[in-house]
Amino acid sequence: MTRVAILDYGLGNLRSVMRGLEHAGATTKITKDIDEMMEADGVVLPGVGAFSEGMEKLGELKSALCTYVQERPVLGICLGMQMLLETSSEFGNHKGLGLVPGSVQEFSRTTGMKVPHMGWNTIHIEQDSPLFEGVPQESYVYFVHSFYADTAPEHTLTSTEYICTFASSIVRGNAYGVQFHPEKSGDTGLRILHNFIRML
Amino acid sequence: MALTKRIIPCLDLKDGRVVKGTNFLGLRDAGDPVELAARYNEQGADEVVFLDITASKEARGIIIDVIRRAADQLFLPLTVGGGIRSIEDMQQILRAGADKVSINTSAVQHPGLINEGAAKFGSQCIVVAIDVRRNNEMHEGVTPIELADGNVCWYEVVIYGGSHPTGIDAVRWAQEAERRGAGEILLTSMETDGVKTGFDLAVTRAISERVTIPVIASGGVGTMEHFYEGFVEGKADACLAASVFHFGEMTVREVKEYLDARGVPVRL
Repeated sequence: MTRVAILDYGLGNLRSVMRGLEHAGATTKITKDIDEMMEADGVVLPGVGAFSEGMEKLGELKSALCTYVQERPVLGICLGMQMLLETSSEFGNHKGLGLVPGSVQEFSRTTGMKVPHMGWNTIHIEQDSPLFEGVPQESYVYFVHSFYADTAPEHTLTSTEYICTFASSIVRGNAYGVQFHPEKSGDTGLRILHNFIRML
Repeated sequence: MALTKRIIPCLDLKDGRVVKGTNFLGLRDAGDPVELAARYNEQGADEVVFLDITASKEARGIIIDVIRRAADQLFLPLTVGGGIRSIEDMQQILRAGADKVSINTSAVQHPGLINEGAAKFGSQCIVVAIDVRRNNEMHEGVTPIELADGNVCWYEVVIYGGSHPTGIDAVRWAQEAERRGAGEILLTSMETDGVKTGFDLAVTRAISERVTIPVIASGGVGTMEHFYEGFVEGKADACLAASVFHFGEMTVREVKEYLDARGVPVRL
């Protein structure tokens, strides 16, 4: 059976991610142990909260992740996706993992539209990827975020419109990231988690 | 395509059971919140709120078990409110599988709880629930709000389930909650709650236009048109309802189809 390590470096709701992956057919291990992570077939980097705090709490997992992703897939969710990028401007300038070229930007607050971007919005699939196999174009997924990924089209798997058009899913090599919460996005989200497991 | 407006059924729980009667056919156990939430999920609910009205502290373990079961079976956002007084309470509920916690009286009494919760778990986790009542005695420092009949009043924050006035201006409190790190406002007007005449549009709009975070309108839904008014006139980002769904007067899907036909963006 496919083993997925869910990195536990903070305080968010990991249970839904765990159940989502198990529902999709994997065995899971919630861990902050590098050895346990290295043994897994794939890694999920979840996360809610602030970028700098997330990076700080990752600690030694940072370099371990950069080694791991050379050979096996990593899926970042929400803040976990943002941390795959190079830099973030959230509360000052911070360095990310740099696994996907690009930066994290804040939504403009001058448009009269609400921030955070919270609720169900659609994804436009920009390029074929095993992660979105069988997912219909313009499917609804659940978002909660105030910052977004700014990356090149070649690294953009899906795009979403809110205030601007932003990359709602990103990729480079084995590093995958989704801004939305697949574990909170009903059947569409479960399909994406299932696809991730099939890639392992 | 755009961000859709959310329809959120709310379940009041006491000792782990749904309090208000339900009129669902085919439910094995109409009092089981997880089974009821699953039914709402099938109907296309965008989120679900559990409001724990259990009085005793000893019974807190029961709600944790309910949250765990819900999180294991439902893959949609879950907010839990009621009796949350500390960071430890929040942590326990989020760890059990809730995505957001809603704080009300405790936030008014200890506003720092908003800051602490947002710093520790992220703003997106912290919903500040605000219960309000009209006050006609205008004075300096309150936000005048014009009602449909032309009268002007201000809205006062009330706590302990609406029984206790605080003297706090609701608009200012919503703005303060946002500054302190709230990710969302859940606004319930005591003027309309339970009477099925529609949301209190004046205060909903006044607050929604003065904060940048999403506002959930609550209290007063009796017809499908009330949802439409909540979104279009009240400028709400989400509408919450309890009894119209529990008693089977309408399904979430029917409401969404109605809204869709009237041009309100919803997830169908």
